[in-house]
Amino acid sequence: MTPASPILEVNHVSRTYPTAAGPLTVLREASFALAAGESLALVGPSGSGKTTLLGLCAGLDQPTTGTVTLAGRVLAGLDEDARARVRNETTGFVFQNFQLIPSLTALENVLVPLELRGLRGADARRQAEASAKALLERVGLGARLDHYPVQLSGGEQQRVALARAFVTDPSILFCDEPTGNLDGATAALVTELIFGLNREKGTTLVLVTHDAELAKRCGRVLRLRGGEIVTAVN
Amino acid sequence: MHFLLKLAWSDARASRGRLLLTALAVVAGVAALAATGSLGRNISAAIDDQARALLGADMVIEARAAPDAKVDALLARLGGEQSREITFASMLAVPGPDGKAVKSRLITVRAVEPSYPFYGAVESAPATAREQLADNNSVLVEETLLKQFGLAPGSVVRLGQKNFQVAGALQKLPGESAAVAMLSPRVLVSRAGLEGTGLLGAGSLVRYRTHLKFSAATDVDALDAREKDSMRSLRLRADTVSERKRELGKAMENVSGFLRLTGLVALLLGAVGVASAMQALVQRKLATVAVLRCLGAGAGLGLGVFLVQGIAVGVLGSVAGALTGAGLQAALAALIRDFMPVETANFAVRWWEIARAGAIGVALTTLCTLVPLLAVRRVSPLAVLRAVEPVSGRRDPWRWAAGAALAALMLGLTVTLSGNSRQGAAFAGALAAAGGALVLVARGLMAATRRSAQMETMRALPFSLRQGLANLHRPGNRTARLVVALGLGAFLLLTLAFSRSALLGQLQFAGANDRPNLLFFDVQDDQVDLLREKLTALGAAPRAEAPIVTMRLAKLKGRTVEALMQDPQAGVPGWTLRREYRSSYRSAPAETERVIAGNWVEKWDATAGEGVPISVEEGLAKDLRIGLGDELDWDVQGVPVRSRVASLRKVDWQRMSPNFFVLFPTGVLEGAPKFHVLAARAEDKELNARVQREVVTAFGNISVLDLGLIIESLDGVFAKAELAVRFIALFTLATGVVVLAGALAAGREQRMREAVLLRTLGASAAQVRVALITELTALGLLAGGAGAVLALGGGAAVAIYVFETAPVLPWTSMAATMATVTVLTVVTGLLTQRGVATRPPLEVLRAEG
Repeated sequence: MTPASPILEVNHVSRTYPTAAGPLTVLREASFALAAGESLALVGPSGSGKTTLLGLCAGLDQPTTGTVTLAGRVLAGLDEDARARVRNETTGFVFQNFQLIPSLTALENVLVPLELRGLRGADARRQAEASAKALLERVGLGARLDHYPVQLSGGEQQRVALARAFVTDPSILFCDEPTGNLDGATAALVTELIFGLNREKGTTLVLVTHDAELAKRCGRVLRLRGGEIVTAVN
Repeated sequence: MHFLLKLAWSDARASRGRLLLTALAVVAGVAALAATGSLGRNISAAIDDQARALLGADMVIEARAAPDAKVDALLARLGGEQSREITFASMLAVPGPDGKAVKSRLITVRAVEPSYPFYGAVESAPATAREQLADNNSVLVEETLLKQFGLAPGSVVRLGQKNFQVAGALQKLPGESAAVAMLSPRVLVSRAGLEGTGLLGAGSLVRYRTHLKFSAATDVDALDAREKDSMRSLRLRADTVSERKRELGKAMENVSGFLRLTGLVALLLGAVGVASAMQALVQRKLATVAVLRCLGAGAGLGLGVFLVQGIAVGVLGSVAGALTGAGLQAALAALIRDFMPVETANFAVRWWEIARAGAIGVALTTLCTLVPLLAVRRVSPLAVLRAVEPVSGRRDPWRWAAGAALAALMLGLTVTLSGNSRQGAAFAGALAAAGGALVLVARGLMAATRRSAQMETMRALPFSLRQGLANLHRPGNRTARLVVALGLGAFLLLTLAFSRSALLGQLQFAGANDRPNLLFFDVQDDQVDLLREKLTALGAAPRAEAPIVTMRLAKLKGRTVEALMQDPQAGVPGWTLRREYRSSYRSAPAETERVIAGNWVEKWDATAGEGVPISVEEGLAKDLRIGLGDELDWDVQGVPVRSRVASLRKVDWQRMSPNFFVLFPTGVLEGAPKFHVLAARAEDKELNARVQREVVTAFGNISVLDLGLIIESLDGVFAKAELAVRFIALFTLATGVVVLAGALAAGREQRMREAVLLRTLGASAAQVRVALITELTALGLLAGGAGAVLALGGGAAVAIYVFETAPVLPWTSMAATMATVTVLTVVTGLLTQRGVATRPPLEVLRAEG
């Protein structure tokens, strides 16, 4: 992949689900490309296909037609385990409901993506722990390493999720309504962290949001309605 | 009320599968209780119905010595129809063409008159075989022995010096269970047929029985009471139908009580499973309850909705369990048939017992459900706005009351089901202790896992393995609950294995390390040298030998035995006074005994004064309440002998050597009528068989006790008994598995969320699967291990206190049980968690919406 080549390329992607009432197309002919370091907001009303598009971009699902190329890999030809490897190596995720594993401490949650890569030897482990701790410090949770999710507030849980998303130094970060469940002040703090870390690490950002202010901070905006991209704002 | 039921129904619809699984947890327990209850009722009824056939007569009088004139006079006074029997141990030989014994085995000869039994029947194959005994040259041989020796009707066997023709297989004698025959097979012969065997009166283990039949108008118990004193003075033992019923009823009540209690363990475990499932349900439904409270519902509505569901689960499980139990009774009856002195073929389903088991199931489930559900009353409506935990129930008096009611119900059940308040209370206590110990063991093992997670070697393990192990102690784990559920089943199964090993290990030890494993008894004076020569020539020279002189105690410290037996204050057990003592004389203690008090006297010096200096075994001395210097007067076959206690001995009874309660010095009993015992060792099976064959051929009257055969026979009896108990214990394990499935199913959503998240973050299906299998394997090993640790304690206690031997670890059973529990856990877990590893990660986003 050359510096100029896009990190994410979506070509004529559609997604249809079989239902009792017949096939239901939730995304139709979506196409766009995103260069490394860019930031993109996916906006639109509920049911417009934003989350479906995000899932397809991240390789969480397979399109019915069309192709998705993530970090130079065409996802269509990969099975689920191969796509899981691509996700682990190239992506980070932040969800509206934080999605932390409740039985793991904050530190353990942040370490999970590194652990999944397989940490060989004590040095690798120490190094991974150091990175995870540094990120938790960075999001202001250096004193809460051993706390379980249930012992943390919503904002704190989302900051742990952010640390987890950045611990692998991903090429691209996918965020699904990252501030949707947070109060104004906490949402602002998390937003600053997302864009701050994004800048520091040079990560590409794909963000689904209803928040117009949040969307405005992205370099590009794609507006969806009824499963189709209706406006692209650069 | 209508709304409550409607709500309960609508809510249950959503979790129908889970509630059905919860109901399954009660099925096995109620089934076990119903089957054992119905069986117990059948046994009691059979004992009542078949009472006279159980004794074969209205009264049986037994003596150790041939009836003399006084006994005959008593029997004449009793009247009625009478039938005599002689029973003793002897060797049955199968002669070869040259007349030498080809095979031989120690058996019990039952020589009866044609009128035996007055009630019931001798069962044989062919059915008419018994009639052939009238020719006085035929015998009925225990069916198992016939098979073992490959004999058939028409084969020839030898008893003593006489050959008999096998008339058929002996299958059942009135009132005797097949298990008795496993230890010593029986051979039925006519009393007159004993003539010519050379065995009459020569054996040492002879019993003379008189079976009596009275007219219907005779009050047998009154007759027994009237003659009690004279029978006691003549050292006779009388058995009547009512006494046999009482004894059998008590023994059978113990057996069925034990089985019922084992069934109760399964039920209790199931009820705990229901309680834990209801607790999980409550946790999931807190938000619903909060909404209902917010909309104005009273505290009772939420409780009512879930209680109705809990009761429905209990009723459903109990009805299914009761019906299953009704069907299982026949299988259980077949398993214990060999131990039953009563006919089991006509056992019917006892619906009252089945209904009772069902009612117990419902009551126990309801109370177990109520304890966790009471927390629902305290759910705050504030929970609709933010996550608020329900107020802890620890200070809730209602919860305490429900807990106390549950404990009272448990105690009441154990006492009622065991039929004995002390045993029941002890069982309830032991159960609570076992449960508590299992929780402690589980917690200890969890702490050990947690601590070991910090160790460098553990940290070097792949993430999936560490994740699986860490799930055992992380918040929200169900480890302790599952370890108790599965561990209890493993504990029950393993304790049986431990007890069996202890008993058999004790016997094996007795014959190990060059110790004698063959005992020859009934050796006459003139046969001792010949037998010794023969054994030496065969390469099994005797290791020990002793003469045996039978005698009775006449006076104890100057008081007659009769006076002592009449005096309840004397505190001397009757058996020590009534028994026929088989004593010996020797110049020095044997290697199996040592003097612990006084001085051993080698030879009696008649001129030294009155009282032969004897040595008494310490246990007997304690029972007789005698010490050094005390006087004992003996009746040595009509000759009075006064003795005094010169020494006390400690005897190792476990060794197969001639050991005695009372030992005389040399120079006293040499002239008395006696027989001898010799102990020898045959190194291998072949020599063992050869020695037995040769001895039986050369000396028809000598009996051989083979330690290897005893071990084999006991092992067989134990295996059969164990099978019945294991059958019930399996219900506990089955319940444990259902509880496991329920608990894992309750955590499935959480696990699914975690797996999907891990998949989103890049975990492969294999990684998720390995973590799950690791957790389940560790859980199974923990449960099996906890059960083993507990069984180790129980088994060691049984070995030390019951069998008085060093505990023997049944490694094979331990490994097999742990492997079974682990495999069950992994398979159940994978079945309940199927699809977890392959769930598409997109669901993490769907959950967002």
